[in-house]
Amino acid sequence: MAKGVNPSSGTTRQPMPASVSIFKQRHYLISRVPAGPSDEDLAGLRDRLVREVGQHRSMGVIVDVTDLDVMDSFSARTLRDLALAIRLRGAETVIVGLQPEVAFSMVQLGLRLEGVQTALDLEEGIAYLDNKRVRQDSGAE
Amino acid sequence: MARTDSQQQQHARRGALPRLASGNALAAVDDAHLGMVRELVAHLREHRTQLREEWARRIISADLLAAMTNEEILAECSAVYDNYLATLETGSIEALEAYARDLSERIVPRGVETHEVVGIVLLLRDVLARSLFGKYGNSREVLHRILDAYEPAANRIANTVAVGFVQERERVIRQQQEAIRGLSTPVLPVRERLLILPIIGVIDPHRARQLTQQLLRSIRVNRAKVVVMDLTGVPSVDATVANHLVQTVGAARLVGADVIVTGLSPEIAQTLVTLGVDVGDIATVGDLQGGIEEAERVLGYRVVPNGQGRES
Repeated sequence: MAKGVNPSSGTTRQPMPASVSIFKQRHYLISRVPAGPSDEDLAGLRDRLVREVGQHRSMGVIVDVTDLDVMDSFSARTLRDLALAIRLRGAETVIVGLQPEVAFSMVQLGLRLEGVQTALDLEEGIAYLDNKRVRQDSGAE
Repeated sequence: MARTDSQQQQHARRGALPRLASGNALAAVDDAHLGMVRELVAHLREHRTQLREEWARRIISADLLAAMTNEEILAECSAVYDNYLATLETGSIEALEAYARDLSERIVPRGVETHEVVGIVLLLRDVLARSLFGKYGNSREVLHRILDAYEPAANRIANTVAVGFVQERERVIRQQQEAIRGLSTPVLPVRERLLILPIIGVIDPHRARQLTQQLLRSIRVNRAKVVVMDLTGVPSVDATVANHLVQTVGAARLVGADVIVTGLSPEIAQTLVTLGVDVGDIATVGDLQGGIEEAERVLGYRVVPNGQGRES
């Protein structure tokens, strides 16, 4: 069903270990952030998603953060930048699976992810994007 | 120094007091002080009945301990007085602490106030000090020495009783807070993917926190997409609470649910505006009914009458 995409294909600048995998699923790119990602992991994920969303002409990106049990300001900013950059590339990003405890501590720290769509889990994220696509299209594609 | 010292020893022997417990703090104090304490205890013991009654009389006339009958006041006075004497005599406040705890446990549920307890221990201080003035008033030097012995002990005792009372009250308050928390805000599913969170009563930071956590968990468990948070039952908000509400809305969005706030009273609405709380991205609807209708719209429900309902 989901087909793995080799992220190191093409011209990668640094030989980065692709510790976060990205899956292409029809119109969307899906990535699940593992527990305790390093700053490099997240920044790498951001760069790759922003790049690949154009390569695959994806309409949406879903970043699943179910496994994160902490979200610091760097992670939150990286996710936000990712979403905003992807919007500029013409696709929509949904962050899914934020744990209640993580969400609670985020708002206490003032990390709001403004302008970023969030959803309960992967299923909801896909439903959101599907919905949006149906509304957007109604003729095109 | 030496002269009065021997004088006090004499007094003390005449009083035939039990020996001080060795090894306690007072053992280190010099003999003169010790003698004075014995003198003091002898005096207070001698006039026990009279001083005790005087104290009780003043408590009653000052309208303190209004929750208790005069007989009860007199009985407690006797007990406190004897504990007081024992404490002076042994220098150990453990027995008094235990008594103060016990006393507090009995009087806190009866609605005795802190000012009353502080008032009565201060009255006892006054009564005893006056009696000392009466007895030793003609000799400044002896009076000073007696007061030197009396004042620290009396202050410590007053302190112990008052602190014991306040601690007991705090314990009761904590217990009640726990009880109230147990009754805290329910999160109710009303339709598939729709929760309502009716908030009633004052929100303090602790409750706001608990409420948020409960809501976030419920969103996950019920896979909710929309939450209607109804504030009709909230009398007022301040800056802290307003920020908590904004945080709650923000946290709910992060886990994937939209929050619709309803039932903001005119006062709260004005307060939020005056406080400059950032309410720009909070969806609000006038009342709970409107909120649920809006939520149904968001979720794609359409409620249509089937024409068989009762005519109004």
